[in-house]
Amino acid sequence: MKSVRQALLGVVLLGAAATVHAQNEQFIPMNGYWVGPYAPGGSGIFGGFIDYVNMINAREGGVNGVKLTYEKCETEYNNARGVECYERQKKKGPTGATMVHPLSTGITYSLIEKAAADKIPVVSIGYGRTDASDGRVFPYIFPLITNYWSQNTAKIKFIGAKEGGMDKLKGKKIVNIYHESAYGKETIPVLDAQAAKYGFTVTHIPVPHPGNEQGAQWLQVRQIKPDWVILRGWGVMNPVALKAAARAGFPREKIVGVWWSGAEEDTIPAGAAAKGYIAAGFNVAGTNFPVIAEIKKYIYAKGRGEMEDQTRIGSIYYNRGVVHGIVTVEAIRKAQEKYGKKALTGEQIRWGLENLSISDANLKALGAAGFMQPLKVSCLDHEGGGAVKFQQWDGNKWVVLTDWITPDRELVRPMIEQSAAAYAKEKNITPRDCSKES
Amino acid sequence: MLYREAGQFKTSYAADQQVFPIRQDRIGVAAALVVAFLVVPLVANQYWLSAILTPFLIFALATIGLNILTGYAGQLSLGTAAFMAVGAFAAYNFVLRVPDMPILLAFALAGVSAALIGIVFGLPSLRIKGFYLAVATLAAQFFVVWALTHFPWFSNYSTSGVISAQKMEILGFAFDTPVRKYLLALSIVAVLAIAAKNMVRSSVGRAWMAVRDMDVAAAVIGIRPLPTKLLAFAISSFYCGVAGALYAFAYLGTVEPEGFNLDLSFRILFMVIIGGVGSILGSFLGAAFIVLLPIFLNTMAPLLEHRLGLQLPAGLTSNLELIVFGSLIIFFLAVEPHGLARLWQIGKEKLRLWPFPH
Repeated sequence: MKSVRQALLGVVLLGAAATVHAQNEQFIPMNGYWVGPYAPGGSGIFGGFIDYVNMINAREGGVNGVKLTYEKCETEYNNARGVECYERQKKKGPTGATMVHPLSTGITYSLIEKAAADKIPVVSIGYGRTDASDGRVFPYIFPLITNYWSQNTAKIKFIGAKEGGMDKLKGKKIVNIYHESAYGKETIPVLDAQAAKYGFTVTHIPVPHPGNEQGAQWLQVRQIKPDWVILRGWGVMNPVALKAAARAGFPREKIVGVWWSGAEEDTIPAGAAAKGYIAAGFNVAGTNFPVIAEIKKYIYAKGRGEMEDQTRIGSIYYNRGVVHGIVTVEAIRKAQEKYGKKALTGEQIRWGLENLSISDANLKALGAAGFMQPLKVSCLDHEGGGAVKFQQWDGNKWVVLTDWITPDRELVRPMIEQSAAAYAKEKNITPRDCSKES
Repeated sequence: MLYREAGQFKTSYAADQQVFPIRQDRIGVAAALVVAFLVVPLVANQYWLSAILTPFLIFALATIGLNILTGYAGQLSLGTAAFMAVGAFAAYNFVLRVPDMPILLAFALAGVSAALIGIVFGLPSLRIKGFYLAVATLAAQFFVVWALTHFPWFSNYSTSGVISAQKMEILGFAFDTPVRKYLLALSIVAVLAIAAKNMVRSSVGRAWMAVRDMDVAAAVIGIRPLPTKLLAFAISSFYCGVAGALYAFAYLGTVEPEGFNLDLSFRILFMVIIGGVGSILGSFLGAAFIVLLPIFLNTMAPLLEHRLGLQLPAGLTSNLELIVFGSLIIFFLAVEPHGLARLWQIGKEKLRLWPFPH
């Protein structure tokens, strides 16, 4: 009985210790995943994100003196756990959650209505609901930097350039191998629209979650004999696909992956089978950037830091996490310009995100020139960038092949507006008038 | 002393046959309902209501569903998540396609749709038993998820296959806040749980248990195996279907077929095993254990880290959680293989003798 009482006392004390916090703090929930089949992505991205936030705290004492705090919550890439984490974290800190990065398309979908009701921005960098790029219908959702449809049109542009012109795409055969989930299915309509526009044929082949068995799918690829394969995988599905492609004798130079299929974690397990494989990316790999050097100087030199395996610093996922950090911190900075240098609410941060503008000069000052693309968000356009670079795996590292390739806006934007309008109609939302926003 | 039935005389058949024959149990259940309906909405904050209590109730309902099939009728099933998916998508489509569809009717029809699918996949149960039946119900699991993904009609041609649940309204009253959603889920779960409790002690429940214990003997005394088993499949799937509809409408708001995967079926089976096979109370205990414990561990880990001044590597805490969770499951099963409900029953036996155990 005594031990039970002591244990209870301990729990109470722990609870009391956790509720003490200062007022001048901006709280950022870190709802990620460190276990399960998608842990390489989750741990890398949140590693870079948390390291960047800690570096800002160590170097500048936070954003204009407002210290950034965070807490981790394990979502296991599972919708129910993701919603629980969101509910748990949304009221923490003096002003509640700054913004949420769900790092899962499924969880993003589950949060769309909840976040709008709670007035907390959901930032989905390079994933999530594509038509949320229309900020009139989705004021609190920010699929920043580039969405799946933009990326997909850039991919077809890249393939067109490789073939020697967009008119050469006529009659070509493209296979879209996709992860059978909300994430994987997202690009099917835009690929069909492009196939109709450029005259190529496209075959969609699903791979069930988690994707560690793909014999049948690649047999089908062998029968179709496509000119190009688009790999829309995630997690363990990617190395398996590359190995299966090698076994089926399909040249890896003709496989173009999405950015969730283009990291070291996807190619190294595939070994020699990955050599020559091409993937899109909205950030590049490498440690030759001042921002990474700063993280090493302020965090790792002091024996702290999130990454146990320090060779992962500078990897695609880690650097993507740093991009998450830069976007988050700059949005807070922008919102502080309007609302003052104090802890801000999600509603105020939303304004900061919507008016976020990161120019080339800003990127240079942040030590991230060439690391990511410049960004300009507006009420109409919650994407803000849209371009991607293509990189090729040379057996040891990712080599950048192209400069930023811009998407086919004339094709994507009407589709986004149409889809967003359908959502607004279904949910009885009156789109905002962007000319009245300030 | 407090928990003793001495002096409670039954003077009519009705009194003898009531659901809870002991007065203290009746008071306990009534008190639990009062707390759940009146005190909890006043005391609990939004996080507790929407992230813990509502999913707990919904999983408890699905666990009751599986417990009827596995615990009472003895048919092992791995298709629970599939029946939940049928319920969720059926409710969505009924509300979408039938004008002015009352939400409660949509939930009931969702349950009926799941029951029909359950009967179809329950047909093999006459010929195959045990693990082989589990494999047959596995087919339901994969087939339903496959069908919902491949026929875009089910998700109203949504590009990503995700459906977003409509607003819930009953007679113009909108169930849109966490408290209201909680109360709606609680009402449905309470009614269905009491119905289940009643059902398992009726002739239907006795027939199920007879088939479970020895189907040949049951057939000899005049219980027809096929209708009995199919009825168990139908009612079990009905409960799972309603749970699935609530999962989509009162909890997540948006669901995709992929969310109802085998993993979820296994979790509900674990709830049955840990809570107690063949017990309605056990369904609640098991759901509480599996839903609440990982969240509790996840909340405690960072606090412990702060307290002890440690900085553990990022992946380690998440993995530790899984290790502790797994060890606790083994611990409880080693201490009481018949589940948490059995622990409660032993506690009651002890209470009857207290303070003079012999």
